[in-house]
Amino acid sequence: MDVEGKRVRIKAKGRIFEGVAMPSSTNSFVLKLDNGYNVGFTEYELLEVFEEGKHGEEIAALEKKESLPDIKIISTGGTIASKVDYRTGAVTSQFSAEEIVGDVPELAEICNIDAMLLYNILSENMKAKQWIELAGEVYKAIKSGYEGVIITHGTDTMAYTASALAFMLSTPAPVILVGAQRSSDRPSSDAAMNLVCAANAAIADLGEVVVVMHANTSDDTCHIHRGVKVRKCHTSRRDAFQSVNYPPLGLVSYPSGEIKWMAERIKRGERELKLADRLEEKVTLVKFFPGLKPDIMDYYYDRGYRGFVIEGTGLGHVSTDWVDSIARISEDSVVVMTSQCIWGRVCDRVYDTGRYLLEAGVIEGEDMLPEVALIKLMWLLGNYDVEEARSLVNKNLVGEINPTTRYWEVEK
Amino acid sequence: MQDYSSLGLRVGIEIHQQLDTRHKLFCYCPTIQRDAEESNFEFFRYLRSKRSEMGEVDRAAKEEVARSKKFIYKAYDTTCLVEADEEPPREVNREALQITILIAKMLNMEVVDEVHMMRKIVIDGSNTTGFQRTALVAFDGHIDCNGKRIGIATLCLEEEACRKIEDRGDEVVYSLDRLGIPLAEIGTMPDITSPKEAKDVAAKLGMILRSTGRVKRGLGTIRQDVNISIRDGARVEIKGVQTLDILDKIVEYEVLRQLSLLKIKDELKKRGASVVNKVFDVTDVFANTKSKVIKRAECVKAIMLKGFAGLVGKEIQPGRRLGTEFADIAKTFGLGGIFHTDELPAYGVSKEEVEALRARVGAGNRDAVIVAAGKATRVENTLIRIVERAEYCLAGVPEETRKANEDGTTSYLRPLPGAARMYPETDVPAVKITPEMLKVEIPELIEERARRYTKTYSLSHDLAYVMADSAFYHLFEEFAEKIPATTVARVLHTAPAELRRDGINTDVLEEEQFRMVLELIEEGRIAKEGADEALKILCENPRATKDEIVDRIGSASDLDSFIAKLVEEKKDFIAEKGANAFKPLMGLVMKEFRGKVDGKVVAEKLNRAIKSMLQA
Ligand SMILES: [Zn+2]
Repeated sequence: MDVEGKRVRIKAKGRIFEGVAMPSSTNSFVLKLDNGYNVGFTEYELLEVFEEGKHGEEIAALEKKESLPDIKIISTGGTIASKVDYRTGAVTSQFSAEEIVGDVPELAEICNIDAMLLYNILSENMKAKQWIELAGEVYKAIKSGYEGVIITHGTDTMAYTASALAFMLSTPAPVILVGAQRSSDRPSSDAAMNLVCAANAAIADLGEVVVVMHANTSDDTCHIHRGVKVRKCHTSRRDAFQSVNYPPLGLVSYPSGEIKWMAERIKRGERELKLADRLEEKVTLVKFFPGLKPDIMDYYYDRGYRGFVIEGTGLGHVSTDWVDSIARISEDSVVVMTSQCIWGRVCDRVYDTGRYLLEAGVIEGEDMLPEVALIKLMWLLGNYDVEEARSLVNKNLVGEINPTTRYWEVEK
Repeated sequence: MQDYSSLGLRVGIEIHQQLDTRHKLFCYCPTIQRDAEESNFEFFRYLRSKRSEMGEVDRAAKEEVARSKKFIYKAYDTTCLVEADEEPPREVNREALQITILIAKMLNMEVVDEVHMMRKIVIDGSNTTGFQRTALVAFDGHIDCNGKRIGIATLCLEEEACRKIEDRGDEVVYSLDRLGIPLAEIGTMPDITSPKEAKDVAAKLGMILRSTGRVKRGLGTIRQDVNISIRDGARVEIKGVQTLDILDKIVEYEVLRQLSLLKIKDELKKRGASVVNKVFDVTDVFANTKSKVIKRAECVKAIMLKGFAGLVGKEIQPGRRLGTEFADIAKTFGLGGIFHTDELPAYGVSKEEVEALRARVGAGNRDAVIVAAGKATRVENTLIRIVERAEYCLAGVPEETRKANEDGTTSYLRPLPGAARMYPETDVPAVKITPEMLKVEIPELIEERARRYTKTYSLSHDLAYVMADSAFYHLFEEFAEKIPATTVARVLHTAPAELRRDGINTDVLEEEQFRMVLELIEEGRIAKEGADEALKILCENPRATKDEIVDRIGSASDLDSFIAKLVEEKKDFIAEKGANAFKPLMGLVMKEFRGKVDGKVVAEKLNRAIKSMLQA
């Protein structure tokens, strides 16, 4: 008999207990006692199951304020808003506009919100298919007049999605990706503040795909990162996202919502709305390490891959053992060199190895992040032939490549 | 003397005891206290509460959020990202769990088969996460106290909260050093029926906990919460009783408070009193006030309590009036306090102002007016809450959480939290309790050990208990076999206590230092009378070697004879100069002893010698 979630009376350890039967990942019987605690029993006798009515919750419909801009929130998973049922201990994600605003009431002061649940998947399960569908939804939203689009996203692959959108979508309005490093069921979650800052960025004078997340460990500012220049650099901290090789575009203060712009950006309305949403999936990213044989490249090539991003050492190197393989592959493929240093620009003209690689057909990925180069190549090969892709991959298209690298101080 | 049984007094005690583990409950940081000055990093956060399934925020949670405070945290080189809520917790510290199981066995409890860590919502900022991690480990035990059986309901293993350093009203500063220290929480059944029994039960539980030898000692390492109710009164939870000495008083005063509130209720009913549910802006009444507090304020507001005259100023606990309860509420909102007409005119508020105030809110002589001053929204929220509290005066005693004051009285802290504020801590896997984990060796109880010491070493009962309760009891047993037990007790207890009384910091004395002094006595290198001096030297320099100690005690005795000789030789000079003889003589002594004996010690001894010479 399935008693999960029901109120039960059991006998265990010679005593009688009442509480709510909980799901268990082991073979123990887990009971939530009336004092709130869960405890596990291995031996027990089920005495009684009580039927209880469901507790409903009335949520008032949101009223639109004419004076405020309309923003669309698209959920892809990850919990930006959630509800805890302290009776059963269950945590459920919230996706309707009413529920999100109920959780983060400040949003109603910033903009009118419409919300849609596109996916409810873990971000590591995202694929090109989802990126394409998401780009389509964002395109539709902007076309229908929303002043900005916020995409709530799991943080693990948020930067990949940001890049994919940045290449597929020429947008006149802000497209903001936002997430949380602490799940939104907890009082200390960064979700609400990130969302409030995202909403402020979504109504701002901005026309590109960005990531808005905590700028430091305190709850005072968020950074607006260019989508093709950002990387998750920490497994758990709130300020895990950092702009690499380009400063954050801006700093949003919390709770005021004021934005201080810190780098050159694409402004609202500067570009026309366009969608080029094809992606070639047979593109790969290979991280070189000392001793790695070039077989890995041949393996992919033989399976029909024609786009290769190498994460090389230092200025952009792999072992000279690779030169022949690369020369063969680059005949009809695009091979881009990036650096596992993450910071800095690739230059294959300094050492002999680099010069051999260039002769073999390697293209320097400039100051692009390896994963941005990967997505860019997916997009190029999805929309252009190999020859065109080769000529475009080291040209700046949406801010992914900068001609110069400067010193800067990041204000947090 | 109150007849507590006729009042239906029921008391339950909750003891929170820090465990002495190598590292914290959910990370590998040490369990040590730090000085806030040593903090190397600071950050701040806000906390939010969630709607529960019923669509209502927990009562206690709501009140905290209405204040929307900023929480500032101080981090150290002994805290990590886990305390900062920037990294998931590690698995439960097994050492802490094992100590908890030992405590469960000593309290005759049943241990659950599987321990599940929970998140208990606490949004006062004392936990960076907004919840306290806690697990129920055992239930249904008992202890016997003065021949009566007291039930032990639950034993939980939980994480200690942050240490509050400063409350700035809308900002609170917390220290992360304490957060995450393992804590055993023992809850008794409400079987206790008198103030004295409350104190005795708490003392007994404390003794049992210390008997494990695995708990922390010293101020702040154990805290008692007390649940008190009387018939017709209400359940009140009193938090943070730091010392056992006042536990009986806490109970006594709480009974007194509840009885007083019930009397006030009866009187209010008789008067047909009521509370006007309105907050009046009275800023202009005080336009030319001499009261500094009011003058400084952005806004002054008032509420009117019909028929309350004289009762707001009525004492309900020694030194505390009903008005003090209202002032406590104001303090939780970050205001300094309130004014009420039972105590006005005073504090710079004039008779004319009081009359104008009464006129403004429509209060007669039999009514009371409460005034609060400060920032507009804060004053408004405070007074709305005081209206609610005043209305409850007509119903009796409100259920609430109170804070223990040093004199045994209590102050309002927050409403009693609702029960259902917990959900599973999914980041921490449940722990199955294996039969091996339940095989624990029950240690000798301190009270049994004390009885043994009285018998074996012929110590007085008190001294035997002190030795048995000492963290260094094993040193006592080791050396009491070789040198007189009273001498060992002097080194371990009496002498350090005297040094403390003289203002010397004896915290640096650890097992190593005590052992050194005991060995010196055992080896006959210093006399037992030299123990105090040896300990004093070690207090100043814990790294001092045995030879250095022997040398210094040696030179100290040389110093005594030198001074005695000198004072005798200069008898006439002293008689002539009086106290002024000190300076020239000091020069002579220092010439001999500079570098060997502390100048302060020389001055002290010389002064004494001169004084006694003059008296003779
Ligand atoms: Zn730590």
